[in-house]
Amino acid sequence: MLSVHDLRVSYGAVEAISGVSLEVPDGAVTAVLGANGAGKTTLLRTITGLVRPRSGRVAYDGVELTSLRAEEIVRRGVAHVPEGRGVIQDLTVDENLRLGALWRSDRDDRKKALEEVYELFPPLDTRRRQSAYTLSGGERQMLAIGRALMARPKLLLLDEPSLGLAPLITAQIMALLRQLSSESGLTVLLVEQNARSALSIADQGIVLALGKVVVTAEASRLAEDEDLRHHYLGF
Amino acid sequence: MTRMPGPLRFAAVRHGLVVIVLAAAVAGYTQIAGSFADFQLAQIAIYVMAIAGLTVLTGLNGQVSLGHGALMAIGGYSAALVMQHDPNGHLPLAVVLVIATAATAVAGGIIGVAAARLRGPYLAGATLALAVGIPQLAVARQFAHTLGGEQGLTVRSPQAPSFLGSSFSLEHWLSWICAAGALVVLFLLSNLVTSRYGRTFRAVRDDEIAAALAGIHVARTQVLAFVVSAASAGLGGALLGVVTSLVAPAGFTLVLSIALLTGIVLGGLGSIVGAVWGSILVVYVPQWSTDLAHSLSFSTVMGSYFAVAFYGLVLIVVMLVFPSGLQGGIVRLWGMAASRVRRG
Repeated sequence: MLSVHDLRVSYGAVEAISGVSLEVPDGAVTAVLGANGAGKTTLLRTITGLVRPRSGRVAYDGVELTSLRAEEIVRRGVAHVPEGRGVIQDLTVDENLRLGALWRSDRDDRKKALEEVYELFPPLDTRRRQSAYTLSGGERQMLAIGRALMARPKLLLLDEPSLGLAPLITAQIMALLRQLSSESGLTVLLVEQNARSALSIADQGIVLALGKVVVTAEASRLAEDEDLRHHYLGF
Repeated sequence: MTRMPGPLRFAAVRHGLVVIVLAAAVAGYTQIAGSFADFQLAQIAIYVMAIAGLTVLTGLNGQVSLGHGALMAIGGYSAALVMQHDPNGHLPLAVVLVIATAATAVAGGIIGVAAARLRGPYLAGATLALAVGIPQLAVARQFAHTLGGEQGLTVRSPQAPSFLGSSFSLEHWLSWICAAGALVVLFLLSNLVTSRYGRTFRAVRDDEIAAALAGIHVARTQVLAFVVSAASAGLGGALLGVVTSLVAPAGFTLVLSIALLTGIVLGGLGSIVGAVWGSILVVYVPQWSTDLAHSLSFSTVMGSYFAVAFYGLVLIVVMLVFPSGLQGGIVRLWGMAASRVRRG
């Protein structure tokens, strides 16, 4: 279980997160929703060590993550697919994927993980030796998720996976995340502006506004609550 | 990409074959060329080491260094100091070179730790300070005695082994040594580039956040690139001392650092083969410009201005015609030719 306790993060004088506490239950899909500037991206970045909090704690499975660096956190089973995907354009699809598991010493399992990712994403399989530069937006998102899965994470964080994707591709990606969670027990923490599609696959929803948690509830209840939808989710 | 047959599948084997072919070409070339060509070849080889090293740092890892001339100075002075402590010449040249290379690698590591915290223009500024500052240490009062001040330190020349015959000149031997050093550096760096380290270097250059999230230790990768790059430059600097039998501050000016940077851009950023093209241009073009000025029988002053202007002109034209460097241009032309052949 990932638990965040009274987290405060500021960029200079601007406070992006003002005392957020939340829990992400294992094996479920949790969606973090909210408008621009609500602190969603900052929350993910602080969990994976890219941004240092001013105060508060982040722990995963009882291990304190707050003082660890990003490259150490991924080794503890928490993978993060960043906003904008972070695909290395100069490398091939295959090289990008293998990058995600370079730190792992189990050679055979690295190979196995690679083949599993190709099985999961057939479009990547046909483009193994193509430079990532030549991929479409949807394929890049698949590549970014695939690279994160190469670390065999227990918890997968995704920052706006639907950004710039056609609705059909977004639906495919969401369905895949749901499948990963239900079939392999992967815990998913999803940050989305696209609340409707995130709630369609989520078990739990957390709404952030101006750096604070305003609601935590079952996803289906959030989707039904007209007031809430109108106020915070814009649909 | 099509699969290559047998042992050619391995990049290291392919690189080894290319190096053997190049070694044969160099040996053949020095047989027919005169002693001035020997000197030029040695110079190109020295530039190849430093420029290939800088290519790894700047081209592949994205860290700009305006201070690689200073690292060459560290290599050169290390070799000279080792030789001074060994007045009877017991140590073989190879050992001296290894020590100088290692010393520069250590210096590169220290600079790299500082550099890993700096980005873009700040890194350029810091390394620029090194380029200017480090050679001046030799002149500083505290070190002038040990480092020889403006006059510098002499470096002993090795002797050609007797089995090569008495007619085998020293220049010849020196050019072979430098060429061998350059080929070793090219072989090692080419393998590094195609290895997992090469991929992490590029990942860190393109997107530090994504690299860190993929579990790559960003700062450690940047320091490693600096160490590798410094070691190559240090070997080049040590051999520069050996070839000119002298290391002095005037030999390691800012101009040298800029020439190295010019070399990586002209050759093609991030390409080890490009480093060879870059070295050839950086050594030959100024030479050709001077020759051309001579043949146009300008006065001495006019001639030297003309040489500089012509050099600049060549650089501009090369960058206009091949914006991705000579190697990039060659790859593109090759691709165009290949697709034309395929279409028939």
